[in-house]
Amino acid sequence: MTDTLQSRPRRERPRGRTRAVPIPLLVPALIGLAFLLLPLIALLVRAPWSSLPEQLTSAEVWEALRLSLVCATAATALSLVVGVPLAWLLARTRFPGRGFVRALVTLPLVLPPVVGGVALLLAFGRNGVIGQWLDAWFGITLPFTTTGVILAETFVAMPFLVISVEGTLRAADPRYEEAATTLGASRFTAFRRVTLPLIAPGVAAGAVLAWARALGEFGATITFAGNFPGRTQTMPLAVYLALQNDPAAAIALSLVLLAVSIAVLAALRDRWLTAS
Amino acid sequence: MTLRPARRSHAPNAAPSPTEIHQKGPSPEGLDARLVVDRGGFRLDVTLTAAPGDVVALLGPNGAGKTTALRALSGLIPLTSGHLRLDGVRLDDTPPESRPVGVVFQDYLLFPHLTALDNVAFGPRCRGAGKAEARAQAAEWLDRMGLADHAGAKPRRLSGGQAQRVALARALATRPRLLLLDEPLAALDARTRLEVRAQLRRHLAGFEAVAVLVTHDPLDAMVLADRLVVIEHGQVVQEGTPSDIARHPRTDYIARLVGLNLYRGRAEGHTVRLDAGPDITTTEELSGPAFVAFPPGAVTLYRERPAGASARNLWRCEVAGLETHGDQIRADLTGELALTADLTTVAAAELDLHPGAPVWAAVKATQTHAYPA
Repeated sequence: MTDTLQSRPRRERPRGRTRAVPIPLLVPALIGLAFLLLPLIALLVRAPWSSLPEQLTSAEVWEALRLSLVCATAATALSLVVGVPLAWLLARTRFPGRGFVRALVTLPLVLPPVVGGVALLLAFGRNGVIGQWLDAWFGITLPFTTTGVILAETFVAMPFLVISVEGTLRAADPRYEEAATTLGASRFTAFRRVTLPLIAPGVAAGAVLAWARALGEFGATITFAGNFPGRTQTMPLAVYLALQNDPAAAIALSLVLLAVSIAVLAALRDRWLTAS
Repeated sequence: MTLRPARRSHAPNAAPSPTEIHQKGPSPEGLDARLVVDRGGFRLDVTLTAAPGDVVALLGPNGAGKTTALRALSGLIPLTSGHLRLDGVRLDDTPPESRPVGVVFQDYLLFPHLTALDNVAFGPRCRGAGKAEARAQAAEWLDRMGLADHAGAKPRRLSGGQAQRVALARALATRPRLLLLDEPLAALDARTRLEVRAQLRRHLAGFEAVAVLVTHDPLDAMVLADRLVVIEHGQVVQEGTPSDIARHPRTDYIARLVGLNLYRGRAEGHTVRLDAGPDITTTEELSGPAFVAFPPGAVTLYRERPAGASARNLWRCEVAGLETHGDQIRADLTGELALTADLTTVAAAELDLHPGAPVWAAVKATQTHAYPA
């Protein structure tokens, strides 16, 4: 905000002439921009616009889209339930090894998703470290199920939420919690009734980021949950599969995901503008 | 005050006799605290006692430990040692949320997402009142503060003075036995300050338990408090009534606050021999360690040594600095005696004062005030 306040008068001040952008900077910049935009333009150019309606109304597409939305939303909800408290723990408490825990939380951000999928299999697979007990005691099998998709997406997406919420918490004034405490609120009540409402914009932004990441999840999902239409075949998997035998369908599906991405970006921009 | 929930059980019912209230040291009612807090090289060691109805101001320069003392009283930081008793109940190990202590924070810290009413209702809610009851109590408090019309307003829509009153209502709504105010007027502009200071004085006068306020502004302290406790470097350097402290400052900090020149020395009859500097002749007759104080307005300046001056206190000085002070000029002098002198703008012009100018400074003995150190 202060940024715009400061820059406004500067912008109004008349200048002799705009200073030329140096060629060694301009050319690579334009190449970079083109590289980012051209594939998206190609997607639009080659889209089977005439057959698009029927492509998009096919049962498989709807099945994949529905599953994607359900799983991404469930993964986001799961991330919120455990991720927000985790972010609070990282931002508001001091314990030995906190920096290490923080690094572990961010690891899935940089870990190849396929590796995440393998790791999930080793933990929750039928013979996994925990999975064997889940299977033996409760008869619960996670891999290659819709629940498995949700877990894989949560694994990959939750760090986005945690990092976003932790940043917001650090920026939030902890003295509001102190004020609540002097009014008789326990630490949990202070969190629930004061801190959480204050950081709501950050939580929402983190949730949207996590949701978008979960929606696009491919590697961990196909590794841990497989590719069963109607059960574990989400949109990205459907796109990949369709590309082998029905490129037109793949393009149509991609367009849908592109539209969703743009919508998310718009939602986030809006959130960031109103939040700041 | 129709809404008056039962007092918290630890408040004794027996009303103490007046002698008990004003007796120093542990008394069953009121505040009895020795706050010792060690924080990385800084040590706060302050003893505070107050009877119900007292308003005590902790006055001190920045970094003196005032806010640390307040946070220790509220339980937001633990005591390293010492004790804290309120109405005879030990609170040292009581977590802040369970202490019968209300805090008005410096920038109020009103919860921005809640209306004024819900801010005030927050405390009663946390202390077990139902939603409707808490809101009814909050409405009552806002009404008492003259803010009934702003009950539905979010804090950002309130003026500084209104926010201050909401913060006070919020702290009082928990029925604290100890009310803490951290620089209650610092966030206000000069005009609002005047008005809010008067209101706050009224509210504090009507408060039946102990109030402790922290300020670096001597005027706030003197207007609002019955008793001042001056803290420097984590220690109490002087305490007493505002008029006592204004008349008999015991440190340079307090002397500057109340606008006096202050010196310390050893008195022999009508003369005080300063520890570092000349003698000062006074009207009081004392012996032993003593302070001498005189106001800057009592100083007369001359460019030439006055012939046959009646003043026996005459020092050769040099102007170190000049600044306007209200409608006067305040001169900082160095030389035989470091002092500040106030003179009219006309006098300053006639004397052709400028930094570096040599002057003679004279003070009549009758204008000085000596008291035992």
